[in-house]
Amino acid sequence: MKALHRKLLREIWQLKGQGMAIAVMVAAGVAMYVMSFTTLEALRHSQRSVYEEQEFADVFVALKRAPEAVVERLRAIDGVALADTRVIAPLNMPMAAADKPVTGLAISIPDGEQPVLNRLYLKSGQLPLAGSQNEVVVSEAFAEVWQLEPGDRLPVVINGRYQELLVSGTAISPEYIYQIRPGDLFPDFSRYAILWLNRPALEAAFDMQGAFNHVVLRLAAGASEAAVINAADVLLEPWGALGAHGRDEQLSHRYLDQELAQLESMAYLLPLLFIGVAAFLLNVVAARLISTQREQVAVLKAFGYSGGSVALHYLLLMAGMVLAGALLGIVAGTWLASVIAGIYQDYFRFPWLDFTLRPAVALAATAIAGAATLVGTLGAVTRAYRLHPAEAMRPPAPARFRTSLLERAGLTWLSQPSRIIWRNLERQAVKSLLSVLGIALAVAMVMLTAFQGAAIDHMMDVQFRLAQRQDLTLSLNEAEARRALFELAALPGVSRVEGFRAVPAVLRLGHREYRGSVQGMEPGQDLARVLDADLRPITLPPDGLLLTDHLADMLSAQPGDTLEVQVLDGERPLLRIPVAGLVTEYIGVGAYMQLAALARHLGEDERINGAHLAIDMQQREALDARLAAMPAIAGTTFREDVITAFEDMMDETLLVFTLFSMLLAGSIAFAVVYNNARITWAERNRELASLRVLGFHQHEVAWILLGELLVLTLLAILPGFLIGQAFCRILTEGMKTDLFRVPLVLDAGTYGMAVLVVMVASLLSALILLRALVKLDMVTALKR
Amino acid sequence: MNATPAVFRTRGLTRVYRMGEVEIHALRGVDLDLYSGEFVVLLGASGSGKSTLLNILGGLDRPSSGDVWYREQLLSSASERELTQFRRQHVGFVFQFYNLIPSLTALENVAIVTDIAEAPLPPREALALVGLDQRADHFPAQLSGGEQQRVAIARAVAKNPAVLLCDEPTGALDSTTGIRVLEVLQDLNQRLGTTTVVITHNAVISDMAQRTIRLSDGQASSVSYNDKVLRPDQLHW
Repeated sequence: MKALHRKLLREIWQLKGQGMAIAVMVAAGVAMYVMSFTTLEALRHSQRSVYEEQEFADVFVALKRAPEAVVERLRAIDGVALADTRVIAPLNMPMAAADKPVTGLAISIPDGEQPVLNRLYLKSGQLPLAGSQNEVVVSEAFAEVWQLEPGDRLPVVINGRYQELLVSGTAISPEYIYQIRPGDLFPDFSRYAILWLNRPALEAAFDMQGAFNHVVLRLAAGASEAAVINAADVLLEPWGALGAHGRDEQLSHRYLDQELAQLESMAYLLPLLFIGVAAFLLNVVAARLISTQREQVAVLKAFGYSGGSVALHYLLLMAGMVLAGALLGIVAGTWLASVIAGIYQDYFRFPWLDFTLRPAVALAATAIAGAATLVGTLGAVTRAYRLHPAEAMRPPAPARFRTSLLERAGLTWLSQPSRIIWRNLERQAVKSLLSVLGIALAVAMVMLTAFQGAAIDHMMDVQFRLAQRQDLTLSLNEAEARRALFELAALPGVSRVEGFRAVPAVLRLGHREYRGSVQGMEPGQDLARVLDADLRPITLPPDGLLLTDHLADMLSAQPGDTLEVQVLDGERPLLRIPVAGLVTEYIGVGAYMQLAALARHLGEDERINGAHLAIDMQQREALDARLAAMPAIAGTTFREDVITAFEDMMDETLLVFTLFSMLLAGSIAFAVVYNNARITWAERNRELASLRVLGFHQHEVAWILLGELLVLTLLAILPGFLIGQAFCRILTEGMKTDLFRVPLVLDAGTYGMAVLVVMVASLLSALILLRALVKLDMVTALKR
Repeated sequence: MNATPAVFRTRGLTRVYRMGEVEIHALRGVDLDLYSGEFVVLLGASGSGKSTLLNILGGLDRPSSGDVWYREQLLSSASERELTQFRRQHVGFVFQFYNLIPSLTALENVAIVTDIAEAPLPPREALALVGLDQRADHFPAQLSGGEQQRVAIARAVAKNPAVLLCDEPTGALDSTTGIRVLEVLQDLNQRLGTTTVVITHNAVISDMAQRTIRLSDGQASSVSYNDKVLRPDQLHW
């Protein structure tokens, strides 16, 4: 081995403390990068392959009822490659052990066969036999919760008739990778099932013989989705179609796509942050190392080593740390990706997950880390390259100092030790600024991690304690006169009832449109309220729509604009309704107006198709039983259940994520502070030894050493808060979807946590330095 | 010959270092008395043990065996804290490489010692003693080597120490500048009566001492007295 290489290895070993800090930073960045992109790729790739192999449809249309013969006309539409009709119907499932109502969606498959589109991926068992009236394939997630296996019996109420079905198999459909009940925020697999039955069985149960109420289309290659949707809308309008839509409006697909988009926005932000900090640390360490080794560099050059080989030597030294970190990061990242993908699997039920570490991801991560090394060490390495041997042989001249800004500003009463601290900070202004920046980044990282919990709490608080204060929301199968509310008010435990009318509609302004609904509400609502920008409840204006602020953004709409509202129900009128104002909502988006105004626009009497109820939760079971027996009621959502489901999900995902990120943020803080402390120590121990010789006690010298650390840390807190706010803003903007928006809420706890983590990191570094200080040998320190 | 009690007394002083696997006997039983107001030169070649002796006298190091007293205080069994206090109150150090704090001006380098001493000279007065009161606001980087060493001497005497310990004070200086520094030391010794110990390998310097102790192989090999003490400007090297 060449002597220079041996020197390299020994020095890597000597620098192990700082080297490890750098390697951990690089590892953190690389791990996050590998984790995010591997997860992203795994999910994307699985989505693609599942969609392809299971023939996920391109266009979806729900309608009232159309004769089967219409399908031929659908197939004839230019651009349609395949069309598949189905019967879909909701059903209730009186599961014996259920403490809450269980509902499901029955979907027809051709008699004993796989459908042409949205093919089922059987996890167990088989499809119902041809001709079977009572066999059913159950969605895998539901079967898992209820431990259903082929051969088990399943009670259902289909169209008011109790029936026992026989489970023939369990399956996953590309249509229900995210299996959520419409209107819910999160999937609850124990309370919502998808059931696939033979078409003749469902036709018989719902009086749909020779007819269908749902159709899915596959587009021909190169066909225009918009054109096909238009043609299908025109063709199916007489059959009560609610409007055709593409995958972008398909619930499962939309959730998955938005989740992937969120993941992607995180995938860039965090890893780059970590690798940036690593580059910064490398810069500091490399500069310090090369300046302490001036004489060695000079000797090497005097012996005839070229500037290039000396520069390469130091570059390799740094690369060693980075590479070690990158390797660690790739291993950790791959492992973490499998953990994260596992958590995703709990919510997004892919039939299979194509999970591999792609070399390209690992290479990209290593390349980014390598580039960071170059950027971080270039300055210092160039100095080594340029250093003249003769110049380097002379000891460096005493560093130049001047009185500090503080003193020039009039703070002349500073003690000598304080002067030493300030003048050192100012003399190495760039280094000090970089250190402050590094610590500020750590503060920001902690904030980025800590704020999410508080912000989500706030989001839930606004949603469920300020806006939607009802205990229970009911939806009715048909719109009914308002007197139906009296019946509801008479139910056990009900203390207040507020009716609403939700009309499915496409809201349009210029070329932008959004498929959602318009909700007519009673003006004096006290349970379900809408809030202004300051989260104060507002009264609905006599006319005009109140739009969720995010919906207004999506439509580029402002108060005063007039929206085109294409109603997708009943007579399907095309309305023009002005925007009267905006409301703040963090979960979902909506368009709200007075019930009376909506009725006026629709040209109908005031009718309702849902109600918000305040109830005595003690009587929930009795109420549940009564509601289950009312055929007019299509569905119930208890606020309590939504909150529980949400909290369960958060406990599982956010906690893991938060712990992990907090650890990383803490290690950034420690790495920055510790490196800074090491360097201060290396540069100053001779000076500190001199002070000890002159009769300074250890604690007095410690103040000079640690005071600098303290000043840097304190200086970093405010900029850290500002950077943290910016990071949090970027994150919340990146995560904005029409499903939910995490509000930018930074409470005292978030700031406090950031300060705490950085202070603990500083304290740990301080303790390590104090240990070195206690062991400081005055005699040896003076010899150098 | 000296009626006053000794400022320092050492008896059977030894110091053994362990350098990796090798034991180095830096001092092998040194008996020594230093008296108030004396100007003593400890002369020896490199490795003779003179720096080790100075470090022990100055409370920077402890002997492996044997005893060292400063007046009535037994330094060889003093705690770290007591040694620090001892250095703070009674010892002025001057080093070969000055060891000034680069971030403090000449005046502040003196003040950093007077701030913690019991009955110090005013810092400016200490600088005036070494003829540098005009350069009080200069930083070390703005001073020549000789000037830096004079600041170091001012810093050492400013606390009114009982003893001034100088380790090769002229070692990093040319002879003209070195002589200027020695003049300052002699002047202060005569004016303030501070016991002054200079260790050096430069035999010429012993001509300005009242007493010269030669060290070799960790032992005081000879002691000589000067009948006629020379002024530094009479020295040549």
